[in-house]
Amino acid sequence: MQNVWTIAQREYRRYFATPSAYATAFMLFLVLGLVFYANIQYALASSGQFVPDARIIFGPMVIVFIFAVPALTMRLLAEEQKTGTMELLLTAPVRDWELVTGKWLGAFLFILSLLAVTLVYPLALNEMVQPGIDQGPLLTGYLGFVLMGAALVAVGVMVSSFFSNQLAAFVATLAVFWLLWLIGMPARAAGGSALLRYLDFSQHFYPTLYEGILDLRDVVYYLSVTALALFLGSVNIEMRRWR
Amino acid sequence: MIEVEGLVKDYGARRAIDHLTFHARRGEIVGFLGPNGAGKTTTMRILTGYMPPTAGRAVVAGFDVVEQSLEARRRIGYLPETVPLYTDMTVWDYLEFMARLRRVPDVDARVETVLEQVGMSARAESYIGALSKGMRQRIGLAQALLHEPEVLILDEPTIGLDPAQVVEVRSIIREVGREHTVLLSTHILSEAQQLCNRVLIINRGRIVAEDTPEGLQARLQGARQVLVRLAGMDERLPALLEALPGVQRVLPRDDGLLRLDLDPGEDARPHIARFLVENGYDLLELRQTGMSLEEIFIELTRTEQQDAPAPVDA
Repeated sequence: MQNVWTIAQREYRRYFATPSAYATAFMLFLVLGLVFYANIQYALASSGQFVPDARIIFGPMVIVFIFAVPALTMRLLAEEQKTGTMELLLTAPVRDWELVTGKWLGAFLFILSLLAVTLVYPLALNEMVQPGIDQGPLLTGYLGFVLMGAALVAVGVMVSSFFSNQLAAFVATLAVFWLLWLIGMPARAAGGSALLRYLDFSQHFYPTLYEGILDLRDVVYYLSVTALALFLGSVNIEMRRWR
Repeated sequence: MIEVEGLVKDYGARRAIDHLTFHARRGEIVGFLGPNGAGKTTTMRILTGYMPPTAGRAVVAGFDVVEQSLEARRRIGYLPETVPLYTDMTVWDYLEFMARLRRVPDVDARVETVLEQVGMSARAESYIGALSKGMRQRIGLAQALLHEPEVLILDEPTIGLDPAQVVEVRSIIREVGREHTVLLSTHILSEAQQLCNRVLIINRGRIVAEDTPEGLQARLQGARQVLVRLAGMDERLPALLEALPGVQRVLPRDDGLLRLDLDPGEDARPHIARFLVENGYDLLELRQTGMSLEEIFIELTRTEQQDAPAPVDA
């Protein structure tokens, strides 16, 4: 576990020295700021008809996340393979799963830091709206983002372990995200497979956490995806040794 | 310290190393010498636990590199050929990170010590990306020394350095080699000669010779060479000399000297001198030369290639 923490710390600190991390944060806050401003304007113009709550932040934030997470995870293992530093890590007394988990934890902590900053929007909103915004969706929504963040970062780390080219890792991660996000859509439209609907990332967020409903099944789902992705990432690193 | 038994590594259909067997004792600097692609890096990567062998066994500091990989890795310091460094980190941060991964007890003190050892204390706060190649090599070496490993494995530690840097890095290795077991690869023969207690010459994944640098040279000096300078020469002479007992062949050199390869054993020089004088040649110089390690190396690796089955053309 100490190794996981050592690697996580380094990755976390490294984001603060990486231009792409700043660019990603910039994109997140730019979009959220614009949408927030637009919603406030809309609410003011509607003269009390429309009362904004935390969901005005969550909607756009989901989309930004889908692009932001691959940008933050693409280099995690791909870069080590490209520059040869992987050889250093794989010959250090570190288990493969510790390496993968450490990378995941570092990126996850950075995502949590970004999430913490986005709290200014609902908090500001809380001051503007009388008698304050609904606390339920605010809490479950943020819990949803923490869980989704963990799962998306884990998938990103896993995909990164397959590549030595960061751009390839980015695009592949994005493709996997969209697949996970949309996999339930054909099933919903046709009223079909419950399995596809269960696998759908969005179906564990929009109907429940987004609406202020806490369902343990969603928590289990996101944690399972996280664990599975980290497991596959570790297995892949192990397999690379044998090639 | 290092025991390798029948090590084999296949990359697909290509056999990179073929039943390699060798040992290295404590406090020994062993040179791994061979042309590019001979299997040096592959062997080192197996010893350091980076990749498993196809067959065979390797034990480092008493731990099997496959079965007890983590224990073995704890006792090995490794400088890969590519010198993997995080260019966006400072020297200090990088070494601190590696020291933590290596569970070094007093990180700060240890980082300071190794920086001192490789003469880089003044650049602790520099970004690695801003350092010259020689400095990076030294940081790579510092990284390998952090945890005071029992075994140090260095893959081409002086490649790409300027002569002054080469001298520095070599002196560091020599110093380290007093207490640690060092296995270093190189394709520079003089380096092996200067640094190593023992040299393993590896070609096409096999060890073709193993000896001290002196022993290796002495062993191959059995095939002695003599250089002869004459005031005047004719075309018949080489053939005449070749007919003498103990002379294998005669090769006129571009600089006007004749090179005579002699049979090992009995010294043929008196016969040569007598023959030349008796036949009216003006002998200016007759000098015995040893084969340089370079020549030995080429000789060994060439013989190996001749022994190998000829490739079949499709």
